[in-house]
Amino acid sequence: MPEVFEVFRRERPGAPMQHAGSIAAPDGRFAEIYAREQYGRRGESDALWLVPRGEIEEIAEFVDEFDLKYRRVDGYSIKERLKEARQRAGTLEG
Amino acid sequence: MRRAYATHLPAGELMGPSDVELLLSLADDELVLGWRNSEWTGIAPFLEEDVAFSSIAQNEIGHARALYELAARELGTDADALAFDRPPEEYRSAPLVELRRLEWARTIARHWLYETADAIRLEALKQSDDPEIAGIAAKIDREEVYHRIHAEMWIDRLLASEEARPRLEEALEELWPYALGVLDDDLRPTLVQRAEAKLGRAMPDVEPVSRGRHEAELAELLEEMTMVRRSAPAGARW
Repeated sequence: MPEVFEVFRRERPGAPMQHAGSIAAPDGRFAEIYAREQYGRRGESDALWLVPRGEIEEIAEFVDEFDLKYRRVDGYSIKERLKEARQRAGTLEG
Repeated sequence: MRRAYATHLPAGELMGPSDVELLLSLADDELVLGWRNSEWTGIAPFLEEDVAFSSIAQNEIGHARALYELAARELGTDADALAFDRPPEEYRSAPLVELRRLEWARTIARHWLYETADAIRLEALKQSDDPEIAGIAAKIDREEVYHRIHAEMWIDRLLASEEARPRLEEALEELWPYALGVLDDDLRPTLVQRAEAKLGRAMPDVEPVSRGRHEAELAELLEEMTMVRRSAPAGARW
């Protein structure tokens, strides 16, 4: 059975490693060759990381029993409050 | 036999005719094998292999192009003319690369046998007195490294499998005389040595199927490969 490897690639030195996709391969040797061909052959990568999917620890459950909406990125508008606070602090522009 | 390009051969060129012959046999091997390997595009055993094997095929054709360009300069013609305009009997390809064997065990057997032989040939060419030949051999070899890794890992994998091993061995048996034919006499013992080291057994002592004769499949391949070129003799542009 093939193993799935997650592939991360870096566009240039100093850039962050970013998830590029995944490949299925019989083992690590095959994975290396396949990753080179699929994510490194067009000059699009400066480095690749290969991670066997089985080695990845996944967290997919996030408890929020008390519905603290203000901690969510989409649930809470701070625009008005920020304006008031800036007014109080005298840093409101325009 | 008249060579279509021989009349253009300039006098006092840097390379001797034997060097040009050598470049052409190398180029023809790479072109024909590149074409044969590309026959797996879309139908390889699985997606990742499809991408990898197609990429190897593209590399081989890229090597052929570079070699034809070098030969073409010596012969006063161009790479496309050498690749597409010669009659089948003027190709110098080894029969090994001409065989059409759309079966995975045979494909891998040929791939590994060819890459192993090609490595031996490139090692010799890298020592050439002609800096251009040595240079292009070194350049090609830097890509061939990955083809060899690919071939070796497949051989190891198939040898390790009870189902695959006999099929691979049968294919190697069939193709061995052809593999010997890729190399000149002096380099053959090295191929025997490396094949035996990898497979852990003696290779049969057989008559090589050498360059100079062609498999029937070559004419068919060239017919298909030159179709566009022939339909637009003035030079198709994409």
